[in-house]
Amino acid sequence: MKLELRGITKRFGTLVANDHINLIVEAGEIHALLGENGAGKSTLMNVLYGLYQADEGEILLDDAVQHFSGPGDAMAAGIGMVHQHFMLIPVFTVAENVMLGHEETTFGGRLDLAAARDRVREISDRFGFDVDPDALVEDLPVGVQQRVEIIKALSRDAKVLVFDEPTAVLTPQETDELMAIMRQLKDSGTSIVFITHKLREVREVADRITVIRLGKVVGEASPTASNEELASLMVGRAVDLTVDKTPATPGEPALIVTGLTVLNARGQIVVVDVSFEVATGEILAIAGVQGNGQTELTEALMGLQPRVVGQIALYGKSLRGHSVRKVLDAGVGFVPEDRTEDGLIGEFTIAENLMLDRSNREPFVKHWNLQLAYLDEFAEEKVKEFDVRSQGIGTKVGRLSGGNQQKVVLARELSRDLRLFVAAQPTRGLDVGSIEFVHERIVATRDAGTPVIVISTELDEVAALADRIMVMYRGRIVGIVPGDTPRSVLGLMMAGEVPEQGGAAA
Amino acid sequence: MSTVAPIIQPTQPTEPKNGPAVAMIRSWKSPIALGVFAVLSFLLLVVFGRDGTSTMRLSTSTDLVQLPDVELPTRATGIVVTILLVILAALSTWLVSRHRKVSLWLISGFAVLVLIGFLAWAAAGHTIPVPGLLFGSLSLAVPLIFGALGGVISERVGVVNIAIEGQLLAGAFTSALVASLTGMPLLGLVAAMVAGVLVSFVLAAFSIKYFVDQVIVGVVLNVLVTGLTGFLFSQLLAPNAATLNQPPRFERINIPLLSEIPIIGPVLFRQTLIVYLMYIAVIAVYIGIFHTKWGLRLRAVGEHPQAADTVGINVTGTRFWNVSLAGAIAGLGGAYFTLGSVGAFGKEMTAGAGFIALAAVIFGRWDPIRATLAALLFGFASNLQNVLSIIGSPVPSEFMLMLPYVVTIFAVAGLVGVSRPPAASGKPYIKS
Repeated sequence: MKLELRGITKRFGTLVANDHINLIVEAGEIHALLGENGAGKSTLMNVLYGLYQADEGEILLDDAVQHFSGPGDAMAAGIGMVHQHFMLIPVFTVAENVMLGHEETTFGGRLDLAAARDRVREISDRFGFDVDPDALVEDLPVGVQQRVEIIKALSRDAKVLVFDEPTAVLTPQETDELMAIMRQLKDSGTSIVFITHKLREVREVADRITVIRLGKVVGEASPTASNEELASLMVGRAVDLTVDKTPATPGEPALIVTGLTVLNARGQIVVVDVSFEVATGEILAIAGVQGNGQTELTEALMGLQPRVVGQIALYGKSLRGHSVRKVLDAGVGFVPEDRTEDGLIGEFTIAENLMLDRSNREPFVKHWNLQLAYLDEFAEEKVKEFDVRSQGIGTKVGRLSGGNQQKVVLARELSRDLRLFVAAQPTRGLDVGSIEFVHERIVATRDAGTPVIVISTELDEVAALADRIMVMYRGRIVGIVPGDTPRSVLGLMMAGEVPEQGGAAA
Repeated sequence: MSTVAPIIQPTQPTEPKNGPAVAMIRSWKSPIALGVFAVLSFLLLVVFGRDGTSTMRLSTSTDLVQLPDVELPTRATGIVVTILLVILAALSTWLVSRHRKVSLWLISGFAVLVLIGFLAWAAAGHTIPVPGLLFGSLSLAVPLIFGALGGVISERVGVVNIAIEGQLLAGAFTSALVASLTGMPLLGLVAAMVAGVLVSFVLAAFSIKYFVDQVIVGVVLNVLVTGLTGFLFSQLLAPNAATLNQPPRFERINIPLLSEIPIIGPVLFRQTLIVYLMYIAVIAVYIGIFHTKWGLRLRAVGEHPQAADTVGINVTGTRFWNVSLAGAIAGLGGAYFTLGSVGAFGKEMTAGAGFIALAAVIFGRWDPIRATLAALLFGFASNLQNVLSIIGSPVPSEFMLMLPYVVTIFAVAGLVGVSRPPAASGKPYIKS
């Protein structure tokens, strides 16, 4: 089925998220929609899917104008979507999730689960998915959950399938498998819209590429274009994709973690017997697919996890079992992976957020009183130093862009005397300019002699920053390898395969 | 109360993906609780044991099949029960120390034993009419069950229903008024459902359309209905009691054969239309929620409204109409007060039944059958107090009145296992 978007415009208040966007996707083609975070790709697809109503413009399927008042209409017309955040109900089985919204019933209105199971099996077999229709979705790994999303769309005979940032949660191997599935779908005549900001994937699988920047189509490109060409089109200026960094000069081991095991609230072991060291003046990157214990590991370091066994020692002093306050006072700086949830208070101003972790003592508090004059002075200085763009230090943090929010977090954490710096997913959801800035600051922190741990699911980031790379899989360390380890090896390690040789020696 | 003992199996990193390794968190909650009860039983039944004979009457004089009375020697019964309790408590300790789960059967058996021991102790030298005890329990539980069903539906679709109390009271008032005026209890029943729906409309409109905090709307509605019915009662019903507040009550209908089953026959099958409606409602809601399209969509909306929206389900509409349905069912429970048991409306006559129903919803883990069982338990605890004060037991009646609430607190504190509410319950769905 041929999909055409003509002059789609969508405004949120004064913000124009989509500005007269035109897009044609031919039948049986994979059309990549490339753009930075916040460029308006997802908004456009939500318009297509009927979740938003466009202010202007029209949607055509096989040259017939469509009017979608909700996702039900879009699905009936043959549009399916694999959402970035899976739209699956965790406590339902696969079959129940697939049948939801177009349930078949038997005598007396009872759900026809048998028919739904058959449907799941049939589609699953066609694409070699191996999905159990009776498994609870919450028990499935993310890669399989994504396949359930695909089955869900296909069970409604989708002719146009939209993949919204589908690779964010996948291992490199799973990504390759997804690419194969996309090609298979394309061969069976399905049109595919592939939304992403990852250049490599686009070049690998797309037939045509449309680049969006700040809500506008800025150009088309062919898959033969180089990374640099695509990146400069996406960002609007020439981009240096590498980070300038001198070789590390590691000193003494500063953080020594031995036999660390973490249990979550449900009693599952999420970090298994993990031991590693970080020396002064080096960056240890912890790589791995989301949900393999990295989050819990960092939280255990910070004193945020209640069920921890093992040793954590910073310069010989134990950190385990201490409160977050004690850990901070020991000189640990922390950038949490979800800045809006754990890093900042959206309703507080920039200045207030900058003193959040120092609200218990001088110089910010004297005799139970906030030292507002000092705070303002401090905030002004930090905002300048970290290039936070805002209307002033009294701006509420919730109103800043993701990049500026992250700069506030960095400013707060890096303005103390640090003896260890832990940054979890430091550039998630940021624009390229902010990513460059964050990377520079992290390298500068290392060069000042501070041991640094960077947790990232993005291999590009890991490769750019790391002096050594520790790969985690299902709560265990697969191996600790040098920073220049090839991507293919790292990809295998992220799927749990121990490297052949030399891996553990680093 | 829990100790961590990670069992780390030396698994290969390349094994098939089947989720993270599982360690046991040993929960000592059950052995501690059972142990405490065993000690209390020892103190009450043995140390402060009473002498005499406790008689349990199992049949009423009108029954077709007459069962003989059961006579228990009080102190001996207490000793036997205490020994069994200690054995069960020890068994649970052993199970937990071996990393095994204490089954619900063991806990249920323990509870039944505690109950038998306590009844025998309290009834020393007296006779307990078992059919009467159970019949009264069911009567007290009927409005709780209707209320709990309403609560289950409402919370499953994602709206916290604190207003059950208001719905019950509105149903009670309206059914009394309409049935008195028309002389037809059936019309009263319909009026009660309408009243419950009206209360729900307000709850639904404010919480779903205007995103007002659901708990606050619910509390305000309870206060509003209490005030409104109280005012109308004193101004309208009380002065004209003969015409406006003397509803005809439903007749008892004996179901042939079933009503002659010993013990449970007279309790379950010599009831009024409302109670039979309740049986149907429990089964219908259970099947509806777990086996029909309606229930699948309802649960989807209560768990993950955005996901429901993306498959074309109208979240707002689903919530609105199901909250209304919940109100209708709770309204029926209100009608039972006036048309089934008391026979006239009285100011604030529901006396917190709506809140107990809410507790039953949580105790029953948002499942209609379990919530019904929880409501029956609460009804039993209340009626036990009635029966014991009639036969003159040494337990202060105030203490017995506390029982349902104490049971609720233990239940909600997670003694019956971790309960997980519908994920989106209480959260408004704001479409951006």
